[in-house]
Amino acid sequence: MKSFKPLNGNQTIAEAVRQIDPDVVAAYPITPSTAIVETIAQFKADGVLKGEFVCPESEHSAMSVCIGAAAAGGRVMTATSSQGLALMWEMLYIAAGLRLPIVAAIANRALSAPINIHGDHSDTMGARDSGWIQIYSENCQEAYDNFIQAFRIAEHPDVRTPVLVGLDGFIISHSTEIVQVEDDEAVRQFVGEYLPVYPVLDTSRRFTVGPIDFTDYYFEHKRNQIEGIENSPRVIEAVGLEFEQKFGRSYGFFEAYRLDDAELAIVVMSSAAGTGKDAVDELREEGLKIGLLKPRVFRPFPHEKIAEVLKNKLAVAVLDRSSSPGAFGAPLFTEIRSALYDYDRRPKIINYVYGLGGRDIKVEHFKEAAQKLVRIATTGKIDTHCGYLNLRE
Amino acid sequence: MKKETWKELTIGTINLNAGNSVSNLTGTWRSGRRPEFRPEYCIHCFFCWVYCPHFAIKVAGDKVAGVNYDYCTGCGLCAEECPTKEKAIIMVPEEIKLAEGRKS
Repeated sequence: MKSFKPLNGNQTIAEAVRQIDPDVVAAYPITPSTAIVETIAQFKADGVLKGEFVCPESEHSAMSVCIGAAAAGGRVMTATSSQGLALMWEMLYIAAGLRLPIVAAIANRALSAPINIHGDHSDTMGARDSGWIQIYSENCQEAYDNFIQAFRIAEHPDVRTPVLVGLDGFIISHSTEIVQVEDDEAVRQFVGEYLPVYPVLDTSRRFTVGPIDFTDYYFEHKRNQIEGIENSPRVIEAVGLEFEQKFGRSYGFFEAYRLDDAELAIVVMSSAAGTGKDAVDELREEGLKIGLLKPRVFRPFPHEKIAEVLKNKLAVAVLDRSSSPGAFGAPLFTEIRSALYDYDRRPKIINYVYGLGGRDIKVEHFKEAAQKLVRIATTGKIDTHCGYLNLRE
Repeated sequence: MKKETWKELTIGTINLNAGNSVSNLTGTWRSGRRPEFRPEYCIHCFFCWVYCPHFAIKVAGDKVAGVNYDYCTGCGLCAEECPTKEKAIIMVPEEIKLAEGRKS
């Protein structure tokens, strides 16, 4: 039966895992995603989960177990954060290259040095080019909903690509909200049975998984891999629609908040979007025509759809919770700026890095960005493209 | 052999043509030296067969029977591991041939 439960982000993921009961969970605990793994281990100990729970000696091994289990034909998931995801790095590429539909919950956390356990997007942005689909969550409910949808997206025959679901470390992973947990059976039905195409455990067919390619085949195999994520937008859309029909909550590639008639726009992902929407409400009351765009799917990047909703704005500020040292702007900014390039009419666009290492972003900081946008829209001039919010200068 | 386009490949780097490495003639990698089998010294201990990374030691019945140059890369491990006083495999100079690529 569906019910409202007070759960934090980690617990919502564990709750979804309990309902889906994957064949194999392989994970190594790391702050702030530890409680996901801990709760799953408890479920296993209590006999609630039928699937295997493997706790190897590192995240590198955890992802390796996921790869082996997924190649064997299992439905597989893991959870990690920060250094853990960084340690998985080479295996992430292998999971994607082998087109294994692994699902990972990532409680987003800053990368060392200096060591820091709080929320930012440096970890998943570091996995940006690994070939994984990336979906970001604003709150606990979205983390739960995204995680359930992730299996459908990853396992779709035309996609067969791993998916990671990001939830901001501590801000979401450790904040308790009232979450609508759907009926166990309804979730199981929605996710459905997983039918692997070439399970290694099928001994009736002779084949090899991931043998060496030389210069004559590697390129073709990589292009073949890319097709999976290129096929994913229509699947992400269809799964989002089906989810809405079944559970009543709507999911697309992004959320556009008071954006239709806006002249100015702020783009921000994940938990900060909640604060951003409050800021937009206050600024609207002050008479500013401003809106907010919250990308949900970062890979594949919905460049055309985002460009369509931003192209007629006067000025746009893209807020990134990670930095790309030496680049012309942080990851989200470069995507959006590039997406708008071909439009004759396009907004002035600036970038702010915010919230590294869990630094707060408050309504006043969104207002600071909005004031900058007003100046740019009025004067048509940008003094600096890339700035920082709530940093001691 | 016609090489597949990216669309023709099986998804997930799955190779359905199991055992196809026989068509990959690693002997074309050999450059400058090759092992020479001297049966008169061979005690048929099979050390060379065990150590050869490319399964290039030929066997006839329970005897070592020489080297398959289609696959021998000339690494010299067989000669190195041969335990007899007068080695049954020695490395000898070989004229360098241009690689011929995979057997079609």
